[in-house]
Amino acid sequence: MHDVMYFLQQLINGLTVGSAYALIAIGYTMVYGIIGMINFAHGEIYMIGAYVSLIVITGLAVTSPAWIPLVLLVALICAIIVSSSMGWAVERIAYRPVRGQHRLIPLISAIGMSIFLQNYVHLAQGSRNIGFPLLIEGGISLGGSGGGFQANLSYMQLTIFIVTLVCMTGLSLFISRSKTGRACRAVSQDLKMSSLLGIDTNRIIAATFVIGAALAAVAGLLLGMYYGSIDPLFGFIAGLKAFTAAVLGGIGSIPGAMLGGLVLGVAESFTSGYLSGEYKDVVSFGLLILILLFRPTGLLGKPEVEKI
Amino acid sequence: MLVLENIHTHYGKIEALHGVSVEIKKGEIVSLIGANGAGKTTLLMTVCGDPQASSGRVLFQGEDITHKPTAQIMRSGIAIVPEGRRVFPGLTVEENLHMGGFFTSKQEVRRSQDHVFELFPRLKERRNQRAGTMSGGEQQMLAIGRALMTKPEMIILDEPSLGLAPLIIKQIFEIISSLRDEGITVFLVEQNAKQALKLADRGYVLETGRIRLEDSGANLLANEDVQKAYLGG
Repeated sequence: MHDVMYFLQQLINGLTVGSAYALIAIGYTMVYGIIGMINFAHGEIYMIGAYVSLIVITGLAVTSPAWIPLVLLVALICAIIVSSSMGWAVERIAYRPVRGQHRLIPLISAIGMSIFLQNYVHLAQGSRNIGFPLLIEGGISLGGSGGGFQANLSYMQLTIFIVTLVCMTGLSLFISRSKTGRACRAVSQDLKMSSLLGIDTNRIIAATFVIGAALAAVAGLLLGMYYGSIDPLFGFIAGLKAFTAAVLGGIGSIPGAMLGGLVLGVAESFTSGYLSGEYKDVVSFGLLILILLFRPTGLLGKPEVEKI
Repeated sequence: MLVLENIHTHYGKIEALHGVSVEIKKGEIVSLIGANGAGKTTLLMTVCGDPQASSGRVLFQGEDITHKPTAQIMRSGIAIVPEGRRVFPGLTVEENLHMGGFFTSKQEVRRSQDHVFELFPRLKERRNQRAGTMSGGEQQMLAIGRALMTKPEMIILDEPSLGLAPLIIKQIFEIISSLRDEGITVFLVEQNAKQALKLADRGYVLETGRIRLEDSGANLLANEDVQKAYLGG
């Protein structure tokens, strides 16, 4: 019984972090799918989402002890708005002016953007880590009332699951049903042909950056609160993890990013639970190396035919 | 309807078109023939603004479109069926058609789609099939149908018979001539010179980036140089 409960707990923890990774990974995979490049400033957009939500929560909590769900909702909306604008700005500043140039050029300008945003937050918010209040307390105990180990599903974890599920469902519907979603798919399959049909491809590309950034902002709020503290480097490691998740699932594939995030989260959590927390990163990046060596297209990716 | 005045187009430093002038009148079918690498596709793509002409002017319905962005040109009444068809392989037939009518209203999309399904009953049968899984001929029909979704004044076809079986080619040419009956101006590029000239009101012969000959379709078919170079005569 003890073993089962322990296993269950690791699974819950893994899926929690994994769903947040998946939310961030969507941004990488959508941008890659449409312009064939990695958005290296994406981790910073996620970090800014976390900062904005913390600022809003602190502000609202100070002025009035308001109703918590409302505070969270306002924080979420503000984070989404600021992060989306950042995503849009990254595309306008770091990608669009150099599109069509050698692939290394937008890569470098995006890294520049990432360094800029990191340092901007350093200056504006200080470089020490700041506590993030846990507004969703309590949880459900799973398993018997005996003296053994009890698995615990906190309401925070439950919130992360539900919010992620809602976002993913919304995104899937948007991509498969809406006019813009259909255009996103068309542009990712043949950008030039799309513009030959009178589609403003620049707008569609900007839209993918904005959507990815909005989901990253949601993850920023959730993970910031889950971990309990944030700092300006908060986005760096999470960005790398989410990137790994996107590659693991098959970069360019949205279901792949969802699956990759969950797999990575669970792998990390089992490593911490059964081996040692210190090996967590070793396992995730080891996984990245293995995937790149043996299945470069990822779990759900299709082999890419080099476009002429 | 479409006028190209002394067009020069470059790819980097290489000049692909050395001063080409072409005129297409409303309701005509005009064929452009020429060997591989003569610059036919470049000429068509210059009309679409991708790449843009480095000098000269492109006028469509009296308006200078030389330096307009591609998406804007394609919204002004020109539609293209590009070389190699370029349907969206992962999208269904219906979705492909909807992409063609992207900038029109919902009602117009429905009306145009019904019209396309009338022209190509085969597409209606396969409306929920992914385009990438269809045969070359079906994909070509889809590409033409997608171009018609914009309700174009003029349609540009780049090698519509390329890689298709003779029976299908015949069908495609029948469809092209039916476009004229709908009042659509057709600018056709073909390596299949015999068929293209038979169908055309007028034709142009493009050789290494220059217009070599310009005449009615029938006269070009009878022309000895054309016969020798392009009709295997």
